[in-house]
Amino acid sequence: MGLILEVEGLHVDLPLPAGRLQAVRNVRFEVSQGETLSLVGESGCGKSLTALALMDLLPPRAIRRAGKLVFEGRDLSGAAEDTMAHLRGNRMAMIFQEPMTSLNPCYTIGNQLVEAYLQHRRASKREARERAVFLLEKVGITAAGSRLKQFPHQLSGGLRQRIMIAMGLMCGPSLIIADEPTTALDVTIQAQILALLADLQREFQMGLILITHDLGVVARVAHRLCVMYCGQVVETGTTKEVFARPLHPYTQGLLRCIPVPGRLEPGSELGSIPGLVPTPIGVLKGCTFRNRCPKSRPECVVENPHLREIGPNRALRCLDTLASAD
Amino acid sequence: MSSYISSSSPGETGLGLEVVFPSSRQIVRRAMLRHKGFLMGLAVIIVVTLLTILAPVLATHDPYAQDLGQRLIPPVWQEKGNWDHPLGTDNLGRDYLSRLIYGSRVSLLIGLSVMLIAGLIGTTLGLLAGYFGGKIDMFVSFLITVRLALPAVLVAVAVVSLIGGSMRIVILVLGLLVWDRFAVVIRASTQQIRPLDYVAAATSAGCSTFRILAHEILPNLMNNLIVVATLEVARAILLEAALSFLGMGVQPPTPSWGLMISEGKEFMFFYPYLITIPGVALFLLLLGFNLLGDGIRDVTAPEGR
Amino acid sequence: MIVYTLKRLALAFLVAVTVSMVSFMLIRVSGDPAIALAGEAASAEQIQHIREHYGFNRPLLVQYLDWSWRALQGDFGESPYFRLPVSQIMGDRIGVTMTLGGYALVFAVLLSLPLGILAAVHPNTWVDRLALGIAVLGQAMPSFWFGLIMIIFFSVTLRWLPVSGTDSWRHFVMPTIALGYYGTPAFMRLIRSGMIEVLSSDYIRTARAKGLRWPTILFKHALRNAIIPVVSLAAVQFGFMLGGSIIIESVFALHGIGYLAWESIGRSDLPVVQAIVLTLSLIYVVLTLLSDILNAVLDPRIRVK
Repeated sequence: MGLILEVEGLHVDLPLPAGRLQAVRNVRFEVSQGETLSLVGESGCGKSLTALALMDLLPPRAIRRAGKLVFEGRDLSGAAEDTMAHLRGNRMAMIFQEPMTSLNPCYTIGNQLVEAYLQHRRASKREARERAVFLLEKVGITAAGSRLKQFPHQLSGGLRQRIMIAMGLMCGPSLIIADEPTTALDVTIQAQILALLADLQREFQMGLILITHDLGVVARVAHRLCVMYCGQVVETGTTKEVFARPLHPYTQGLLRCIPVPGRLEPGSELGSIPGLVPTPIGVLKGCTFRNRCPKSRPECVVENPHLREIGPNRALRCLDTLASAD
Repeated sequence: MSSYISSSSPGETGLGLEVVFPSSRQIVRRAMLRHKGFLMGLAVIIVVTLLTILAPVLATHDPYAQDLGQRLIPPVWQEKGNWDHPLGTDNLGRDYLSRLIYGSRVSLLIGLSVMLIAGLIGTTLGLLAGYFGGKIDMFVSFLITVRLALPAVLVAVAVVSLIGGSMRIVILVLGLLVWDRFAVVIRASTQQIRPLDYVAAATSAGCSTFRILAHEILPNLMNNLIVVATLEVARAILLEAALSFLGMGVQPPTPSWGLMISEGKEFMFFYPYLITIPGVALFLLLLGFNLLGDGIRDVTAPEGR
Repeated sequence: MIVYTLKRLALAFLVAVTVSMVSFMLIRVSGDPAIALAGEAASAEQIQHIREHYGFNRPLLVQYLDWSWRALQGDFGESPYFRLPVSQIMGDRIGVTMTLGGYALVFAVLLSLPLGILAAVHPNTWVDRLALGIAVLGQAMPSFWFGLIMIIFFSVTLRWLPVSGTDSWRHFVMPTIALGYYGTPAFMRLIRSGMIEVLSSDYIRTARAKGLRWPTILFKHALRNAIIPVVSLAAVQFGFMLGGSIIIESVFALHGIGYLAWESIGRSDLPVVQAIVLTLSLIYVVLTLLSDILNAVLDPRIRVK
């Protein structure tokens, strides 16, 4: 299965009055056709900015640098806005977190579904409409024809998110980036939307980047995952392996936070990671996790750990040689 | 077991924990001193205020003294002008510079007085409407709509024509007419502040309504109130000038800039300085207040631009 | 939608009634309207005659009901100066005022739309500062003075445009600019802030993520949302422009109802003044009602409330 996306050396800086915030630092990952990669981490770790950086949709003050940003064989790291606009909504699509506000309240669903298709494909209105109905049914919306005439405020959050997914699929992209697609939805709807994404991804053999802070979501849908902390990737691997044998202390901490019925004794303490995420401004030396890490050593203050391949599809950013030597 | 949070010792670099963001008061102060509009507006107003206060010292002639032998002398930069009357004289031989300086008194006095009266009325209405909501809010909104429906200048001119014109009447009439913007802004701001936690805390502590309005809500409205007040002074000055221009404001021979423009209109084709000079003065003063008000707004609540 | 319209209608009616009461009381603000109408040189008999002719000796409520009932049918009485029905005199002139107001509104919107959009797309750059600077200049310049300056410049110096009168479209150029530019700052700021807010909204992010071209994003998605409050403002500003006509029409001697109002005030022709205040207020009430309804049409969300 071919590589759709290769990212290497991705940096995003945000100039603030207090200094330059290095929000995304030296991020590296790849996504293949028909595979779901999850970017996991707590709020503020830079996963959303990474996604926006891929589509070149960062806020105007942000500065992006990438060593390699190859999508469908083309290097996009220096691409002009025209090139990117041509790819967005067409070859790569993005689904956002807040379905309630992501649709224009003044236009009908149908209008918003077809407009990108009409522009990118230069299709006729009839063709576009047929495609819209087809996709609405695919995402599980009944009475698709009449839905087209409705306005966003007439629909629930779950329905709107399904429409967002259908909208992303209109031009048949090879890559979909879903930024916390289920966080704003009810728990029951969450499961449905995730299952839907997984089905669609299988059927259309797209690459899917799923951004989330919820490890439960990852477990359900992702083939591989990248754990991010403070703007950096700290661990990557297949979902099965990382869940079975988490190597980075942060990943271990995260997994300990999830209560697993059956594994945890009633009455025992639920894990937590003490401390706060540092603010990546200024010259950063050493491992940024060190002040919250149970395995912290004197070297961690001075040496910057690199993301090292420790096996096929497995990488780790940690100086703890015992863990990586296993 | 394991080491948890290590407090970052002073001088420890590398983690970003010691990053310090400036306090909001510092941000505001710094921004104010950097905001060119704010500084320009402040400068203009300070200059005009000094003119007003030092008028007797700065004016070279009595602004009311007529000298028909010295009529319509152009300002010093035109030929036939002289330094005795640097800005020339009007059609009754009165020194224009002195009238201009004393005219600033009229503008500032009326502007500030009207602002105070309108501010009192409008702020009270806005506070009551925003705090109590419900029927009181509906009533105040209704009052505001009625006030906005009436053509203010027309009504003011009509009233003044019936009662007679003077500084006092103009201040009263304008004060009773231009409270609408105060009411609208204060009402909106109060509505935003009312649901906040510290108001609820004061209520549950048993504070009287008046105390809550005066001690919790009003101080937090100050930013918006100052902005509106500054801009309303400008509006009041403009309205007075318009009224005087139409002959229904301050009465001659009082030196009001609007009146000077009206008196000079007759001769403006041959002596344009008669209207350009007071007009420029009016424009600069209004510009000053507008820049100041906008500057304060930019610095304290830029979203409102 | 229907309930919404009915509520708005009821409110408009209440405002209209209140405004009529204010118009009614306006000419009685100095006390005895008969004295005001008769003028300064009138004898006691003349005053008494006027009192009886106009029915000023009846109870106030009766006078109000009689006057408002007739006004509803378009009968505003007779003008003592023209000796013609007031409605006829106004009818002859209202066209000029409406035309001027319409031109001025279009001018204001056409000027502020590109300025506001440009400023919003390039916030905090020189473009933005220029647009805001133009806005502030517009707020600070007194319209009557601006009108006079334009007359001096365009009519006398350049001889491009006529000084006064209403014969051709050329006569409307300067008055339109003088009346319209004053409303430009309000529109420009509203468009600018509306666009800035909309451009940072999620659905614009969605539109960008779909790869839509900038003109589509700007005009189809952003402006469509940002323009909604502008429509309301346009209705309100039109009302203000009609009210402000008294100043501009007198400067340019345009025979509209603003000029008529000013002349009538000078002549103590109170029935005319009363009628004009009422008419302008009612036009404003109707305009705000229409704009509320238009708002609901433009914004599908309002209809649900």
